[in-house]
Amino acid sequence: MAYDGSTTGSLAGTLESSIPDGPLADKWTNFKSTAKLINPANKRKYTIIVVGSGLAGGSAAATLSELGYQVKCFCYQDSPRRAHSIAAQGGINAAKNYQNDGDSVWRLFYDTIKGGDFRSREANVHRLAEVSVNIIDQCVAQGVPFAREYGGLLDNRSFGGAQVSRTFYARGQTGQQLLIGAYQALEKEIAKGGVTMYPRTEMLDLVKVDGHAKGIITRDLRTGEIESHAADCVILATGGYGNVFFLSTNAMGCNVMAAFRAHKRGAYMANPCYTQIHPTCIPVSGDYQSKLTLMSESLRNDGRIWAPKDAEVAKKIREGELTAKDVAEEDRDYYLERKYPSFGNLAPRDISSRSAKEVCDEGRGVAKTGLGVFLDFSDAIARLGEDTIRARYGNLFQMYEKITGDNPYKTPMMIYPAVHYTMGGLWVDYNLQSNVKGLHVLGEANFSDHGANRLGASALMQGLADGYFVIPATLPDYLVDQTPGAVTVDAPEFAEAEAQVKERIEKLLSIKGTKTVDSFHRELGLLIWDKCGMARTREGLEEALKRIPEIRKDFWENVKIPGTADGVNMELEKAGRVADFIDFAEVLCHDALNREESCGGHFREEYQFTKDDEAVQSGFTNEGEAKRRDDEFAYVAAWEYTEPGEEPILHKEKLVFENVKLSVRSYK
Amino acid sequence: MNLTLKVWRQAHANDTGSIQTYDAKDIPEEASFLEMLDIVNERIILDGHDPIHFDHDCREGICGMCSLTINGVPHSKEKGITTCQVHMRKFRDGDTIWIEPFRAKAFPIVKDLMVDRSAFDRIIAAGGYIDVRTGSAPDANAVPIGKHDADASFDSAACIGCGACVAACKNASAMLFVGAKANHLNRLPQGHPEKDKRTLALVRQMDAEGFGNCTNQYECEAVCPKEISADVIAKLNRDYTAAAAREAVAD
Repeated sequence: MAYDGSTTGSLAGTLESSIPDGPLADKWTNFKSTAKLINPANKRKYTIIVVGSGLAGGSAAATLSELGYQVKCFCYQDSPRRAHSIAAQGGINAAKNYQNDGDSVWRLFYDTIKGGDFRSREANVHRLAEVSVNIIDQCVAQGVPFAREYGGLLDNRSFGGAQVSRTFYARGQTGQQLLIGAYQALEKEIAKGGVTMYPRTEMLDLVKVDGHAKGIITRDLRTGEIESHAADCVILATGGYGNVFFLSTNAMGCNVMAAFRAHKRGAYMANPCYTQIHPTCIPVSGDYQSKLTLMSESLRNDGRIWAPKDAEVAKKIREGELTAKDVAEEDRDYYLERKYPSFGNLAPRDISSRSAKEVCDEGRGVAKTGLGVFLDFSDAIARLGEDTIRARYGNLFQMYEKITGDNPYKTPMMIYPAVHYTMGGLWVDYNLQSNVKGLHVLGEANFSDHGANRLGASALMQGLADGYFVIPATLPDYLVDQTPGAVTVDAPEFAEAEAQVKERIEKLLSIKGTKTVDSFHRELGLLIWDKCGMARTREGLEEALKRIPEIRKDFWENVKIPGTADGVNMELEKAGRVADFIDFAEVLCHDALNREESCGGHFREEYQFTKDDEAVQSGFTNEGEAKRRDDEFAYVAAWEYTEPGEEPILHKEKLVFENVKLSVRSYK
Repeated sequence: MNLTLKVWRQAHANDTGSIQTYDAKDIPEEASFLEMLDIVNERIILDGHDPIHFDHDCREGICGMCSLTINGVPHSKEKGITTCQVHMRKFRDGDTIWIEPFRAKAFPIVKDLMVDRSAFDRIIAAGGYIDVRTGSAPDANAVPIGKHDADASFDSAACIGCGACVAACKNASAMLFVGAKANHLNRLPQGHPEKDKRTLALVRQMDAEGFGNCTNQYECEAVCPKEISADVIAKLNRDYTAAAAREAVAD
């Protein structure tokens, strides 16, 4: 076995990753050939709950219904078409090698493992690369309008620094077009009666019966009604936890509640400290700001990133005395090109983001707040003409102008990093089943495929891989041992969970304090961004862990929620989510504190290359680069919930690499 | 900047509802329209009242959830924009702004400025898809699609299902929404086998939901945040006529 599944934590033996036998390239095939099957006549007897209707949840719900299962699908939005997968712009990777440029399943696998800084499972990632080709076929057949060449065949581009052109794209709307494909498949199944859809419905708790996930408690966001739903298994596809930072590129409603409720019911939270900070977002403009807007990093293909060499010049730009045009070429610091000559402006996301922070920390930031650097297209416009730039990036330039009022054809854009994607999530095995039997987790909500850092155009790939191809094949492995319909909402566990949910709502409404829900969310977010954002230290994390209980106490004593639990009450909805973000933030900080290394989206200032390191002296890498510690930290940290304020229990899943050699990244 | 807001308040679907007046003081002009409402709501909450409820989610113009009629125009009078992309710098200090929901018989009000657009989902469920079972697809490059058709299909696929077209139409017609979906799928070779069935089903479900008829006013096109051309309505009419004729002959 390529992966030994051993655990070395305090409760060793509880994490069984269930990787199939055989050589890496044969594992998924072997699995499918020997997987348990459910008779077509019996499938309709099983009910499956799917929470979330984005790429992972929508594709899973549609496909499971096509197979004959009865599916109940839930989303908080007014329609399943609105899930935040829709906002992904850049593209979706697939190892089709349509460009004949040497791509292969192995290369996509290797790039993903390496991009994840060797913190993901070989077998999961290889399976992802294998099914990537099927995703493109499926989506094209559904009518997803990918970009095409004049000959009518599909176009590809290189994305996020990849050495091959394997990214399929649909203008700047790839996520939208893929989601509409999944949504239409879902609606088709709704019409056929295989899926019952519950829009404007939020999961407030997971129900376990005899240790297995057998249902959920929901609140109808229109009527306020609390309802129990029983099923033979539960699938969570509820996205990431980026909004723990308050400001992120996530939609306003994105939250960790479903995953955290499952965590409280025993599901382990894995690697939450792996958070991706995207380098090309529009800078914050003021403290009223509600969210941040991402611009596709494809902009870095032609835009050059710079800041003034001199902090005094930067200050004058901030104060409006100078503009970018007043800075002579020799006074500009194209810092990515300077530090990473072979990758330049296409350096990986974490490196680009941290470099921007360093420049701004040195006082060389150019946005009003001091937190922003230039992304300049003047060279590209001079070289290619404005029309070519408009054809490539027109919609992004337009979006930038709508938000900032500045015309990026005339003046350089300003960008700053923002939280964008979270690689961590609920722990799952090869079957995407969590340690709680019957609970499966898909898409961004799980932790499994991206390791410590996700490559561009890989999120869409993973969401659809999980939903269209993986879960339909792995779910029978669990279901086959379950008697369909054995658990109903009459089980006492449902009444108990409903009572707890109602009690929590009543508690929230009864506080009648003096501070708004948003003010707590903002306070928490600023703290986490500051102490557990782009760069982390022991000291800072310990301080955050001291502050979070104070915020929690303040919240539960002073939050003000007008109105009642009957009918629509958006403040009540937000309050439940923020309360869980507060508790979740502790797990996040504990994980960041425990991981005494720097890798991918997790940078601990104590662990970076210094001038004394051989790798720096030999010229292999730079001072200040992330320093992984493979001997001690090549494991998945899976956290077991205890109590708010109490340290969660760490379970380790050792990562074994039999097919790739762990290497230190060098982007010089 | 200081503004006066005239806002539609309606406690629940069966409430009669009315316009209420709010002062929006000290609003930064860099704020977005929805951030301006956030600021106003923060103050309403601290005063112990029920905040103004409105739908919103991505706040970057793509999810289609935000749906305000601003000074009588869905998503405001600015071209090619959703409500969440409207910024306060487009208003002047001292302005009075009227804020209402997307109004249509087929979009019943849920609360305040939130409406129920599930009729759109039912239209898609009736036929807005290509029926392809997961796993049964041929290779993605098996069928070349000319760039012209691919681009025309794409222009229609850009629809975000916000419903501004319906809200702007004096007949509350959903022809732009339905036309966009029909044109997205009917123009593609993959969509041909079900073209007639799809077209008839989409139009019949639209009628069953209580949307009005199109009388060629083009208000829909004018407010569409994705600037979908009203040409899709002409194409839908053509596809529908042909499909209905073939259906009649087949009977």
